[in-house]
Amino acid sequence: MSQIFPPNSNGLIRWLLIGGVVFFILLVSALVMVARTRNNQVGMPVSQPVEFKHSLHAGELGLDCRFCHTSVEVEASAGIPPVETCMGCHSQIRVGAPELAGVQAAWDSDTPIEWNRVHDLPNYVFFNHSAHINSGVGCSSCHGQVDEMAGIWKAETMTMGWCLDCHRAPETQVRPLSEVFNLSYQPPSNQLELGAELVAEYHINSELLPQCSTCHR
Amino acid sequence: MNQSLDIKSLRHQLDSKQGKEFWRSLEELGDNPEFQEYLHKEFPRQAAPLESAVDRRGFLKFLGASLALAGLTACARPLSAAEKVVPYVRQPEEIIPGRPLFFASAISQGGYAEGVLVESHQGRPTKIEGNPDHPASLGKTSAVTQASILGLYDPDRSRSVLQQGSESTWEAFTQAAATALEESGDGTGIRLVTEPITSPTLASQIRAFLAEYPQATWHQLDSFGTAGIYAGTELAFGQPLMPTYNLAEADVIVSFDADFMGDYPGKLRYSVDASSRRRIRNADDGMSRMYVFESTPSIAGAIADHRVPARPSTIIEVMAQIAIGLGIPLGAVPVRTDASVDQSIIDAAIADLDANRGSSAIFVGQYLPPEAQAIAHGINDWLGNVGSTVEYRQPPEGRPVETDELDTLVSAMQADEVTALFMLDVNPVHTAPAGLGFTEALARVPLKAHIGLYADETAQSSDWHVPLAHYLETWGDARAYDGTTTITQPLINPFYGGFSGSQVLAALLGNTEASSYRLLADYWQARVEGQFSSFWRESVYQGIVPGTQSPVESVEATWQSAPVAQLSDLVVNFRPDPSIGDGRWANNGWLQEVPNPFTKLVWDNAALVSAATAEEYGLSNGDVVTISTDSLEIEAPAWILPGQAAGVITLHLGYGREFAGRVGSDIGFNPNRVRPGSAWTAAATMSKTGTTYQLVSTQMHHALEGTGDQRHIVRRGTLEEFQAEPEHPGFVHPVPHHESDLFPDYEYNSYKWGMVIDMNVCTGCNACVVACQSENNIPIVGKDQVAVGREMQWLRIDNYYSGSIDNPEYYHQPMLCQHCEKAPCEPVCPVGATVHDHEGLNVMVYNRCVGTRYCSNNCPFKVRRFNYLQYAELSDTATELSMASNPDVTVRSRGVMEKCTYCTQRISSARITASNENRTIRDGEVITACQAACPTNAIVFGDLNNPDSEIVNHKASPLNYTLFEELNLYARTSYVARVHNRNPEAGEA
Repeated sequence: MSQIFPPNSNGLIRWLLIGGVVFFILLVSALVMVARTRNNQVGMPVSQPVEFKHSLHAGELGLDCRFCHTSVEVEASAGIPPVETCMGCHSQIRVGAPELAGVQAAWDSDTPIEWNRVHDLPNYVFFNHSAHINSGVGCSSCHGQVDEMAGIWKAETMTMGWCLDCHRAPETQVRPLSEVFNLSYQPPSNQLELGAELVAEYHINSELLPQCSTCHR
Repeated sequence: MNQSLDIKSLRHQLDSKQGKEFWRSLEELGDNPEFQEYLHKEFPRQAAPLESAVDRRGFLKFLGASLALAGLTACARPLSAAEKVVPYVRQPEEIIPGRPLFFASAISQGGYAEGVLVESHQGRPTKIEGNPDHPASLGKTSAVTQASILGLYDPDRSRSVLQQGSESTWEAFTQAAATALEESGDGTGIRLVTEPITSPTLASQIRAFLAEYPQATWHQLDSFGTAGIYAGTELAFGQPLMPTYNLAEADVIVSFDADFMGDYPGKLRYSVDASSRRRIRNADDGMSRMYVFESTPSIAGAIADHRVPARPSTIIEVMAQIAIGLGIPLGAVPVRTDASVDQSIIDAAIADLDANRGSSAIFVGQYLPPEAQAIAHGINDWLGNVGSTVEYRQPPEGRPVETDELDTLVSAMQADEVTALFMLDVNPVHTAPAGLGFTEALARVPLKAHIGLYADETAQSSDWHVPLAHYLETWGDARAYDGTTTITQPLINPFYGGFSGSQVLAALLGNTEASSYRLLADYWQARVEGQFSSFWRESVYQGIVPGTQSPVESVEATWQSAPVAQLSDLVVNFRPDPSIGDGRWANNGWLQEVPNPFTKLVWDNAALVSAATAEEYGLSNGDVVTISTDSLEIEAPAWILPGQAAGVITLHLGYGREFAGRVGSDIGFNPNRVRPGSAWTAAATMSKTGTTYQLVSTQMHHALEGTGDQRHIVRRGTLEEFQAEPEHPGFVHPVPHHESDLFPDYEYNSYKWGMVIDMNVCTGCNACVVACQSENNIPIVGKDQVAVGREMQWLRIDNYYSGSIDNPEYYHQPMLCQHCEKAPCEPVCPVGATVHDHEGLNVMVYNRCVGTRYCSNNCPFKVRRFNYLQYAELSDTATELSMASNPDVTVRSRGVMEKCTYCTQRISSARITASNENRTIRDGEVITACQAACPTNAIVFGDLNNPDSEIVNHKASPLNYTLFEELNLYARTSYVARVHNRNPEAGEA
């Protein structure tokens, strides 16, 4: 009986196997990409009714985050500024500019601006900004370098696994309280060492952080 | 569970000591095969769907469909329309999104204000707490107050002015009213009907109205018996006065058929004060002594040392005997016609009162005849209690309500003297006794206008209906039982339109445009000396207007004749329902589903009879009986209530509503249909019809295995035993512990939360149950679901009896997740959905739960609740009711297990606040919802690792015990054993 497979089929099989592995790796990478972008909206700019530029306000002009997000140090919600905050400056500066038409219209008609939510956590998660800000977690740790964003988008996946990366090892992320609002803060080379010191100083209970009841109620 | 009961054999069983020391229901005592079968279905709530035959084919079909659907949802995160963030245009200075604000106001119950603090999330009221500064509340709330938040959003509330049932306008109504008033000239034929009015503004408006129309008449209808109180004091002292008590100073309290913790003006204050004298921890702590003579079990009776069931006529005789025994010259000692009350108890009461002159307090039921009440007030005076424990004050009402106001109205209507009738916030078509013939007489009135929250029975029989604003929607004022005035502020604009009572009165006086605020502010501005704006700001902020307490009158009792008791074989007591009152709260699902404190009946009322009466008439639970008084009769299901007085049938009002709304209509029967007149008691006859009706009681739901005698679930003893031997076996039951544990020990280094529940002061009033429901977004499930044991309340109050079925002792045991340190529910969960956190909380992770229900199966306390169906409202089909939800607690969906979390959201909030301030949580900073509501401070919560905390003191008491210690559960919730302070001279009742 003659052979069913000719000798060169060995090579074919070899290439098929290698190709399969490459395809699998590509597939997984593609899925991860989709999961991170389309599904979790990471890096995908969210359109807004008013083209507000964080890069201009927080970046070039150097406004502090808290100028607009006033309750970030005291409450769960960081707070989206009321139209009044915008008008505090824009009743004097760039009055009548076309980009500001939406703000002016909202102010004149006394109707709020409906912003599209960028960071939408599930309803069974109870995130608290103040708890993080007062424990040395910087704005940029979760929101990225907002001062460089022309629009606004999610910088991180904000999945539970991502949260737990820090909740299991807070020393990897904690920075001095003085640096919390510094959007271009770079962790020092001895982050783990410094982080461990800060965790102790801020009375961060590492035992507490990964508990279910910390975020779910 | 309708079973036939043989009461004679039950008695025999109890007497021959084969019966149990503690028992939970007559069925359990009977222990017949039907009951055994019921018990063996340990989880009737799970067995139910299997019994309703779904064939195998249908089962597979559902299984296949649900799997396919589950697969679909797993494909991608649903990209729903992006959620919007809508900030303010101008943000009010005090609002921080996410942080609730609390506003002081007051709820009026039967006319009397109880101060509240309303939690508001950015303008959305979600929860009610008591106002600690308010004398009638002291920070506490009743179940009704808690549930009133649901009433605010009730989608069945009336939304527009109606004329003959079709939509009309406020202008048209005011026009019609003005025409009628004009035609009357001086007010002839004009009648105004309200409930007792304590609001100074409204009262002054009514006075102005009566001055404008001198021939008009104002009738106040009284649903909670207040008129009786005034009739009693008027007879005793010559003027109508409101008795106010200082029970913190009372060493002996004697109550004659008064539910002074349940439905008496000032009930919350009296609960706080009376319980402060009954909280015992150590052998040298003193304790007050309570005697309660009552015809139907009351929550005050539940914690009394001597509770004596007796029919109202007997109670009057006992009262006269006590008065004479104390030396009051009432004449000859009446020979008691009913010897059911042991003379030794009467003598003991006389001796205790005699020994505590000036430090005792006598309560008398507002439902008893005035002649009887006058004797009790006379005893207070005689003993020198007036001025120390009892004060008599000017009534807080604009005009004290009288007992015959409805009668005079009906006779006027029958004589065609009434041309226009304005009924403000009353529902007489439902609440008027049928014997008076109100409904028939109403038809003769040419112009009938009803102003109320709902288009109810009266609205249906009226020409006009005007929607009334809820108390959380409008400015107003109201006075407490002691006269303290609260300016009530609105939390939200009228949700469904609606006008306030003062707006309606202003319209009748010709001002149709006035706002409630203007009317109120104008009234006060004219009466305040000094700067008005600071007075206003302060009064509104505090929730009380300083210096408004009614003046105390010096009194002298003049009434000195023994009453002649009316005796009949069988009497009916008509009483407001403990949950829904006279029916005004009937459309509130929380109040319908909260079990009655004693019968544990839900979604129904029943004819409550004693075991002796049931024996006489051959009744079992659920047997329908015909009750007749005079020419009236009604059919009602009977319920045998241990401790009910023999020969007394109690009918709770409020049910049998026809136009209550989707929740409250067509439930139960309306006892007013058999009520001959305004009296609260009537002679009656009863006969068995032979049919049965399914009543649903939660008494045997979630029963703990083995009652008190086997596992010492309830522990009790007497004060003497405790003083002689604090480690008395009644309080301390050493149990064998297994040496080894399955679980490793864990050291709790940070907070260690725990709870203590004091069974000495728990009255079973249900405030905690409804508070928990409100705080934790707990759904209601309806009668059918409760019937199969699927009620969702995280906190239930278990009811244990001890002693005879005619006069048992009551033990109320609030039962909630015990937060066992070594919790049996945790290791059986296949998906780790219930786990322990490092502070010792047994936490439920709803999103992990796949609904195996193993945890519930393994829970020895049966405190876990499973969402068998989609009970909570889904966001796309939600009604306005979902606005009452607490935003800090997840709303659970179908297929998820849930249970008490020790209010973990409140702990988290305190923890974050404390950590932001770089400190630890202070003692008393975390107050659970049940603890906050409890009128008797029976619940204490705190950190067991903080040696200075209040709870550590409580836990150190020898009376403190945890349940099922032999299982090595190390429960964090513990109980304080019940101590009875009986008079040793008194025999058994």
